[in-house]
Amino acid sequence: MAKLKVTDRDGVQHELEGEIGWSVMEIIREADLPIEAACGGCCACATCHVYVDAGTLAKLPPADADENMMLDEGFEVRDNSRLSCQIKFSEELDGIEVELAPEY
Amino acid sequence: MTGSPSTQEPIQTDMVIIGAGPIGLFAVFEAGLLGLKCHLVDNLDKIGGQCAELYPEKPIFDIPAVPRCTGQELIDRLLEQAKPFEPVFHLDQQASALQRLEDGKWRLETTAGTVFETPNVVIAAGAGSFVPRRLPLPGAEDFEGKSLYYAVRRMEDFRGRHLLIAGGGDSALDWLLNLEPLTASIGILHRRDEFRAAPDSVQRMRELVESGRARLLLGQVAGLEGTGGQLEAVRISTPDGEIRHECDALLALFGLKMELGPIAEWGLNIERNLIHVDTETFETNQPGLFAIGDIITYPGKLKLILSGFHEAALMCQKAFKNAHPDQRLVFRYTTSSSDLHKKLGVA
Ligand SMILES: Cc1cc2nc3c(=O)[nH]c(=O)nc-3n(C[C@H](O)[C@H](O)[C@H](O)COP(=O)(O)OP(=O)(O)OC[C@H]3O[C@@H](n4cnc5c(N)ncnc54)[C@H](O)[C@@H]3O)c2cc1C
Ligand code: FES
Repeated sequence: MAKLKVTDRDGVQHELEGEIGWSVMEIIREADLPIEAACGGCCACATCHVYVDAGTLAKLPPADADENMMLDEGFEVRDNSRLSCQIKFSEELDGIEVELAPEY
Repeated sequence: MTGSPSTQEPIQTDMVIIGAGPIGLFAVFEAGLLGLKCHLVDNLDKIGGQCAELYPEKPIFDIPAVPRCTGQELIDRLLEQAKPFEPVFHLDQQASALQRLEDGKWRLETTAGTVFETPNVVIAAGAGSFVPRRLPLPGAEDFEGKSLYYAVRRMEDFRGRHLLIAGGGDSALDWLLNLEPLTASIGILHRRDEFRAAPDSVQRMRELVESGRARLLLGQVAGLEGTGGQLEAVRISTPDGEIRHECDALLALFGLKMELGPIAEWGLNIERNLIHVDTETFETNQPGLFAIGDIITYPGKLKLILSGFHEAALMCQKAFKNAHPDQRLVFRYTTSSSDLHKKLGVA
C-alpha cells in the first residue's frame, strides 16, 4: 500500500498507510493526528494547512484560486504551503512527506 | 461562570436555545408544534451557524426531500418554517453563565447582560462559539485589547493611531476604508497582491494606496515588538526577508474559529469537546439542560444536519414535560391536526 510521512507539531514523524482516493487531510485525521480541518474538506477554513517537501510539491498540481484564497487566512504560509484537503492521495504520491502547520 | 452583572429584568420563556445554527432553528419549529416559545442566543451577528458562516454558497445534497440547496438557502427555509412560532433572536452575544434556581428553573445570562429564566436550556452550539482566530505568536496575549485587536468594537479606539490591518478579505478592506479618516496612518498587510473582497472595495483601497493615504505591505506577521502591552512595531516576513513596520495598533483579521467556551464550565459530561446525552430525551447529565446537533456524542452519532433534526424532535418531548408537568402530550401529525394547523397559522 502507498504510504506517506507526516511530521506533527512536536517534530515527530509518523508513517501512515494512505488510502487511495482519500484526501491527505482525511488520511491525517483518520490517523488521529491533530489536524483541525474545521470545514471537513470543503476548502473553506485553512485549518488543514500543511507544508510539503520539495519533491512532493513538484508532483502536485498547483493550488487553484480557491485554495490560494483560503491559504490567505492561514498563518505562517510559505511557498510550500498547501491545504491537505485539496490533495487527493494516489499511487503516484507514494512516499510523500508533509508537515502540520502551526495551529491558531 | 462569568458574565457581566445584569441590570435587565429576566426574560421568562419556555425554552432558550444556545446556538442559532440549523439545528437550533429546527428545534424552534418542533418546540412550536408543542406550544413552547423559544429565545435563541448566538455569538455570531447573524443567524445560521456553520451553514451561514462557513459555506453560505456551497451546495448541500443530503437534506431529506431537498435534493439541493445552498447553506444560506437551508437557513432561509428553516427560518421561514419557524416563523409562525415567532422565535426571538439575541445575536452578537455569548451564553456565558448558567445557574439552577431554587424552583428548579435555569437562569441563563449572556455577555450582553441578557438574562433568561426558563425550565429548558438547549445547547445547540455546534463546535462552539464562533470567535476570531488569534495570532499564534508568543507574547501576543500581552498586547490584546490594548494595541492588538481581532475585531473592531469601537471605531474610536483607533483615532489618531498608527494602524496596521492584517488580512485580505472583505472585513480587512472595509475596516481600512472606514478607519482611514480616523487614523494618523494606516497600512494593510496581506500575503499576496490579490484580494478576495468586493471589487469595489479593492478599487477604493488601491486609490488610497496610490494617493499615499494608505500603505500596502505584502507579507505576513512574523513577530510583535513593544512593552507593557503597547505595540511599537510589527515584524513582517516578506519574500525578500524580514522587515520591521512601526505602528502602535494592529488589527488582525484572519477569519473565525469555533471554541467551546463557557459551556465547558457547566459541569457537563464532556469528552473531546463533545457532550454526552441520553438518546431518549437528549438531556445531558442535568435535568432540563439538553444538547443537540454537532455538539453531542452518543454511540453511532453522525455529525449531519438530518441527525440533528431528529434529535431536536425527540428533545422537545421531554422539554414539554418540564414546562408543563401537569399536561399530557398527544401525538399528532401536522397533516391532519386542526390544533397544529392553528399553531402553524394555516387553519
Ligand atoms: C463546509 C461544510 C460543509 C458541510 N456540508 C454538510 C452537508 O452537506 N450535509 C450535512 O448534513 N452537514 C454538512 N455540514 C455539517 C453541518 O453544517 C453541521 O452538522 C451543522 O451546521 C450543525 O448544526 P448545529 O446547529 O448543531 O451547529 P452550528 O451550525 O455549528 O451552529 C452552532 C452555533 O452556536 C453558536 N454558539 C456556540 N456556543 C455558543 C455560546 N456559548 N453562546 C452563543 N452562541 C454559541 C455558534 O456561534 C454557532 O453559530 C457541513 C459543514 C461544513 C463546515
Ligand atoms: S479542511 Fe477546511 S480547507 Fe481543508
